[in-house]
Amino acid sequence: MTLSRRAAVAALSLLTAGFLSASAQAKDFEPAIVFDMGGRFDKSFNEGANNGAERFKKETGTNYRFFEVQNEAQREQFLRRLAERGADVVVAVGFSMAPSVEKVAKEFPKTRFTVIDGVVNLPNVQSVTFAEHEGSYLVGMLAALASKTGTVSFVGGMDIPLIRRFACGYEQGVKAVKADGKVIVNMAGTTPAAWSDPTRGTELAKSQFDRGSDVVFAAAGQTGLGVLQAAADAGKLGIGVDSNQNHLFPGKVLTSMVKRVDVAAYEAFKTAKDGTWQGGARTLGLKEDGVDWARDEHNAKLVTPEMKAKLDAAAAEIKAGTRKVANYSDTEGCKY
Amino acid sequence: MADSLLWLLSLLDSTARLAVPLLLAALAGFYAERAGIIALHLEGKMLAGAFAAAATAAVTGSAWLGLLAAIAASLALAAVHGFASISQRGNQVVSAVAINTVALGLTAVLANAWFQIGGRTPNLPADARFGEVTLPLAQSLSGVPVLGPIYAELVSGHNILVYLAFLLVPATAWVAYRTRLGLRLRAVGENPSAVDTAGINVARLRYQAVLIGGVLCGFAGAYLSTAQGAGFQTNMTAGKGYLALAALILGKWRPVPTLLACLLFAFADALQTRLQGVALPGIGQVPVQLIEALPYILTVLLLAGFVGKAVPPKAIGQPYVKDR
Repeated sequence: MTLSRRAAVAALSLLTAGFLSASAQAKDFEPAIVFDMGGRFDKSFNEGANNGAERFKKETGTNYRFFEVQNEAQREQFLRRLAERGADVVVAVGFSMAPSVEKVAKEFPKTRFTVIDGVVNLPNVQSVTFAEHEGSYLVGMLAALASKTGTVSFVGGMDIPLIRRFACGYEQGVKAVKADGKVIVNMAGTTPAAWSDPTRGTELAKSQFDRGSDVVFAAAGQTGLGVLQAAADAGKLGIGVDSNQNHLFPGKVLTSMVKRVDVAAYEAFKTAKDGTWQGGARTLGLKEDGVDWARDEHNAKLVTPEMKAKLDAAAAEIKAGTRKVANYSDTEGCKY
Repeated sequence: MADSLLWLLSLLDSTARLAVPLLLAALAGFYAERAGIIALHLEGKMLAGAFAAAATAAVTGSAWLGLLAAIAASLALAAVHGFASISQRGNQVVSAVAINTVALGLTAVLANAWFQIGGRTPNLPADARFGEVTLPLAQSLSGVPVLGPIYAELVSGHNILVYLAFLLVPATAWVAYRTRLGLRLRAVGENPSAVDTAGINVARLRYQAVLIGGVLCGFAGAYLSTAQGAGFQTNMTAGKGYLALAALILGKWRPVPTLLACLLFAFADALQTRLQGVALPGIGQVPVQLIEALPYILTVLLLAGFVGKAVPPKAIGQPYVKDR
């Protein structure tokens, strides 16, 4: 019974797929994007992807569909619904999308999927990841250069290898400037709720300040807003993440470790439209301008020319491959 | 020595900050439950209060107007709960759960519709929040050994709602045990027919209790979004209303033991942020997961073994019907 039903469903979906691809030439290009929990205006990761999609819309005039995931089960539902509706390319934002993308991409081999921050090995999936450790290394150097106490700290969101990669790169950057510098590392939690708990972020940051930290790097989605708020309130310095967060508390945010999620989302749409979209894994590092540290009018007074020169030199060495930054995911723990 | 004292003080400082919303909500629950109305709707009232405070403060730039709005929003929900469970004699648990669900959805939708930043309100500037108050002599006394730092670090430097919350504990105890209103409230939760026989309006008393709870939850909500935090986020209460109810039960529906229960929960929470990644002498580094579970383990242990039987008010949850 189930077998025959499954066969019927398969036949039906093949028919639909055939019908859709036949009509694809006639209909307009339809890109779609699924944002993860935290929402597309989280001032951080999801908002970066949103900016990329908005830029595409502005340049090409093509509208895009989007969904915001509110709970775990919706990831798969939304991805499947978009694929069923015949979206030409579906961008899935966030590492936690990867298992759902893998499942849905197998069911819809004709639909192109781009997953940002996660890896799925399927021919119709493009996996974009970032070399966060390289960017974190640079902001770690800057934190150590700006710190007066010699102690700096890190607040992560959910305790996962990706966030450990931030922490590890940050630690290496600090140690590169001050070999005896101290780095306090805290995680906000072990469930996805850890991304959206600013109160916890504030408490964690305050506890770190009590232990002597005067620069704190937050890689924690909305929770990070509480961290930056606490730093601004206490007269310490915060470091933002993913999007440029310098403007949130001008003069109180030392810099932001920018992940060009916007570029990844924009390029997925753009290449799919041009027909140059390719499956496979890509890692965007310093060399590819995938990660960077933010400089603008809001932190101009905080970053002296000497600091900038040191960071630029280090960035050049990393790009050239003469300075190695250990990747937490490769080394099974933060070893460097 | 000075270092560990400072560490301890900062831990207790954080405990006080985290205990405030629990305490205010638990006291709100105290009034309602002692009068015989189940206060499962604390969560919803707090959330609505938090949203109203942050939204009003964001638009007007005044924390005080925000506080008023929070109280109004929380009072409105309290009145709904009162109407459903007192006037209409409905099931109080159902009414409370409905209020919580409505508050969760409505605040997120309104925030999205009005501010369009994903179910949040804009970050509030410093003057639209309740700032820290430095008590007199905090600076000059900080040189005094032991007592000086305790006064400067722990007692001084909180926002005004923190002091209010802690002052409300003796005030509540006084109202409940030393005034006529308190006596009647407690009686109406134990034996409403006796109160009715004495010629006192049961429904009116219960409404009073629920509305006092509404005001207190308004304070709790405003504290979350305009004092402790700087803006509203979807579901920012994150179960604090239920935790407050647990504290009330753990405190056996009495003000001072309830305060202790709130402080205990807050202490466990404050401790877990500080124990993360710290190597304890003799034990080494404790896994994050274990530390995160600490408040819950404590609760279970205490409820199971150390507190003894918590006896609720006798008439709780029962609508009062005059002619039976």
